[in-house]
Amino acid sequence: MSATGIGAAVRRKEDHRFITGQGRYTDDVNRPGQAHAYFLRSPHAHATISGIDTGAAASMPGVLGIFTGADLAADKIGGLICGWMIHNKDGSPMRAGAHPALAQGKVRYVGDHVAVVVAETLAQAKDAAEAIVVDYQELPAVVDTATAAGAGTVIHDEAPDNTVFNWHLGDKAATDKAFAGAAHVTRLDLVNNRLVPNAMEPRAAVGDYDAGDGVFTLFTTSQNPHVARLVLSAFIGIAPENKLRVIAPDVGGGFGSKIFIYAEETVCVWAAKKVGRPVKWTADRTEAFLSDAHGRDHVTHAELATDGDGRILGLKVHTKANLGAYLSTFSSSVPTYLYAPLLSGQYNIPAIYCEVDAVYTNTAPVDAYRGAGRPEATFVIERLMEVTARQLGKDPAKFRMQNYIRSFPHQTPVIMMYDAGNYGASMKKALEMIDYKGFGKRKRDSARSGKLRGIGFSSYIEACGIAPSAAVGSLGAGVGLWESAEVRVNPVGTVEVLTGSHSHGQGHETTFAQLVSDRLGIPIDNVSIIHGDTDKVQMGMGTYGSRSGAVGMSAIFKAIDKVIAKGKKVAAHVLEADEADIDFADGHFSVKGTDRKLDFGSCALQAYVAHKFNGQELEPGLKEGAFYDPTNFTFPAGVHICELEIDPQTGVTRIERWAAVDDFGNIINPMIVEGQVHGGIAQGVGQALLEGARYDAEGQLVTASFMDYCMPRADDLPSFDVGMTVTPCPSNPLGIKGCGEAGAIASPPAVINAITDALGHEDIAMPATPQAVWRAAQKSISRLAAE
Amino acid sequence: MYAFTYHKPTSARQAATLLLKKEDSKLIAGGHTLLPTMKQRLAAPSALIDLGACPDLKGIVRKGRNVVIGAMTTHAEVAASPEVQEAIPALAYLAGHIGDPHVRHRGTIGGSVANNDPAADYPSALLALGATVVTNKRKLLAEEFFTGLYETALEEGEIVTRVSFPVASRAGYAKFRNPASRYAMVGVFVAKRGGEVRVAVTGAGEGGVFRWPEAEAALKMRFAPKSLEGLKHTAEGINGDMHADPEYRAHLIGVMAKQAVAQAIGK
Repeated sequence: MSATGIGAAVRRKEDHRFITGQGRYTDDVNRPGQAHAYFLRSPHAHATISGIDTGAAASMPGVLGIFTGADLAADKIGGLICGWMIHNKDGSPMRAGAHPALAQGKVRYVGDHVAVVVAETLAQAKDAAEAIVVDYQELPAVVDTATAAGAGTVIHDEAPDNTVFNWHLGDKAATDKAFAGAAHVTRLDLVNNRLVPNAMEPRAAVGDYDAGDGVFTLFTTSQNPHVARLVLSAFIGIAPENKLRVIAPDVGGGFGSKIFIYAEETVCVWAAKKVGRPVKWTADRTEAFLSDAHGRDHVTHAELATDGDGRILGLKVHTKANLGAYLSTFSSSVPTYLYAPLLSGQYNIPAIYCEVDAVYTNTAPVDAYRGAGRPEATFVIERLMEVTARQLGKDPAKFRMQNYIRSFPHQTPVIMMYDAGNYGASMKKALEMIDYKGFGKRKRDSARSGKLRGIGFSSYIEACGIAPSAAVGSLGAGVGLWESAEVRVNPVGTVEVLTGSHSHGQGHETTFAQLVSDRLGIPIDNVSIIHGDTDKVQMGMGTYGSRSGAVGMSAIFKAIDKVIAKGKKVAAHVLEADEADIDFADGHFSVKGTDRKLDFGSCALQAYVAHKFNGQELEPGLKEGAFYDPTNFTFPAGVHICELEIDPQTGVTRIERWAAVDDFGNIINPMIVEGQVHGGIAQGVGQALLEGARYDAEGQLVTASFMDYCMPRADDLPSFDVGMTVTPCPSNPLGIKGCGEAGAIASPPAVINAITDALGHEDIAMPATPQAVWRAAQKSISRLAAE
Repeated sequence: MYAFTYHKPTSARQAATLLLKKEDSKLIAGGHTLLPTMKQRLAAPSALIDLGACPDLKGIVRKGRNVVIGAMTTHAEVAASPEVQEAIPALAYLAGHIGDPHVRHRGTIGGSVANNDPAADYPSALLALGATVVTNKRKLLAEEFFTGLYETALEEGEIVTRVSFPVASRAGYAKFRNPASRYAMVGVFVAKRGGEVRVAVTGAGEGGVFRWPEAEAALKMRFAPKSLEGLKHTAEGINGDMHADPEYRAHLIGVMAKQAVAQAIGK
């Protein structure tokens, strides 16, 4: 392994730019003549609009234009779309309500877009927005996930009982049969709390229109600029793709929330032509809370059946999923195909049946958020495993190991074909790292100082590297999920890689360059990674679902294969040898069995000067592209163990130890991978202990700022003990599985399993805030007293 | 934020004159409450009078049995002050645990007491230590000064100029932070001065900072955490919100009071 090659902990190339304030984010983009947009948002969760009077506002200082849904409709600008079709149990398509970028006669959540004011300054736009008179007729709000279906108030006429779909997966009859023969059934009711993504950089957009060539340019905070262009062109109708350039420059975190195509960027790019000026919008933090797509929000009843020896026989799950007021871009896939196929966990479960009822509510749209469906599935199965072990009087680690899948490939009853793994190895290592044997003593020590200590497991699996295209297509996806790369070798041997992946914190500029440096034998500084601009980069699918390593880098790998193949042809001419006799290693082309060789840079120069071959034999140049579509999902898996201590006096939970053992397959940069694990655990601990978006009965978001929405801070977290096991992924050339979401998937059940272990009962929901834990601990104490 | 005029007087007297003269004007000290409110367009003063250039409002001095702190002294300055650390270490501790470093380097004692946020730390120290709030017009005892949620006895044109803290023989402060905002969800300041014991609670009261007479009586008998055992504050009149309902907050008053006493006696 070289110091900058695959497997090396190379320092991130992009960090100098970021930490010295030289990053270039969308809000840093300022176009000549730029105007500012301000969105007038609904203060009501649910209301019809009988009129919008913009007259007084339009004549206010600095106002360039005020637009409403009627203006968009007049220009034949279509609504926002949901790109994944889900079918009901009876085969009928899901009931999707229209999703206009600006309200058409009705608002459906607090923060919904009513009108946009474009003005010389943001302050002027805000002043004018205050002068717009909207005639609202308030309607009752529907906010509760569990009771939204048939609530009596209809949010979309297309879905008369507020149900988007009733979907199912698995074999109901086989599962019922398994339960009928069970020795034991564990039953749990679980809530997967609603989360606000809170990327550090809020969403932003700058729309521009060049009347000379008729081209729109949109700078936007996107994880997938090509998909944004496709949707804005083909579905919303802004302009044909060749007349719309989408640029996602540096992006400060996304966690899924910047996958989607939102109203604001749609309106900004359209309005740029209307007012003949570039139009900029940057969300403030309140707007981010109100209008970024939220995550999770499931209410679930789940049952696990076991035989007399503790072997799992079957799993039944019924989930109600809140999709919010409108279907966001990929919302329908999250509680369905990104959820139920993961319910088998790491276990041999012969029969699984899952039903999902998805509902509309008068809340912000809900879509993919770090993990997207898989944290929800992992929470269900890992809570069930822990509780079942307790009810059967078994050690939770041993109970899991007893039921682990041991031979691969393994076909689960819910679509997935697990390709490789060694779950027992991760468990064994994690038990050692946390000193499981010493836990009993530590628990007694805690008890002596009046504290309750608990330990909790999470033996998670996830499916990522989201692909292959044919598979997702058969499940309802409107797009293919491959990735593209172009490797452009310059005449002196430096390299530009144009990737369809998009880095918004993941460190692609480093890891992708490591791959190129390693394979071409050139210094890492000779490699530049280019992404995020549809005018520079060929069509690509973007970054989400932990796919950039497994899919994005595999595309680069394939393109490099082609570069090397072409280089061999060039070298054969230069070295006057047969192409079949040319080897490539360590940055040199050489003739087998001789000392004749040509370094990579010289080969590139020869390819471009083209003096040693004629154009009929070989094309000049050295530039190759590839599209990579994998053969399967990848299946990262691992074991996280959380050990914590509760102060029953205050309800404060302190995480004392955390052992994480993950199998991500082969690893390009262990430092970056460890960072991803840390960040993922922090978000998962946030979900388990701190975070929860809450709407009141009127549909007002009461956690609309950091004063009330509790984000994890460094002092809420312990030092993580991170370990790895490696079973290379067989379905991509690099053996990579993906690591971006694992921590957030693994950690919530580990925390709650540890808390319930400490409490001695299961009666606690996420987030387990000090108040909730205090109350639950009082119950533990009174139970102990009663014993 | 709406447009406003900005004034920067160089003495408290000039500031007071401006405050009376400029209609709908507001004083700005550290600005950590006022500026966010203005940015959200929830406050719209037509004039801001910045007290940051008034040297007569700054500084910390020991005057006999009192520590006197100028209104524009930042929390960080109070926390780091050798005079405060020596005379009333619990007050330095309190100041050093307000908000975060940004807040402590901008926020001031005068701004905090004049705003009387029910979750602010300082009001509990003023009330427990029997401090006097000095204005450009008069002197007010803490119990006269704090009159309700965000309410004080300050009259039109009146400016807090300094706060005078009598030195206590023992004092301690403990707070339970709101997990999200990290304001005091419950903060308890205990002080023993001569034969008198005061227990002042911030963060929890429906009407702002208040004293807990039962705890004071118990601690007067013996100034030790054990004296508070079995003593429960009622949930009547206690704040409730999504982070802590009245019952939990009332319980935390007892827990924090014990911690504050333990800190006061050095345990």
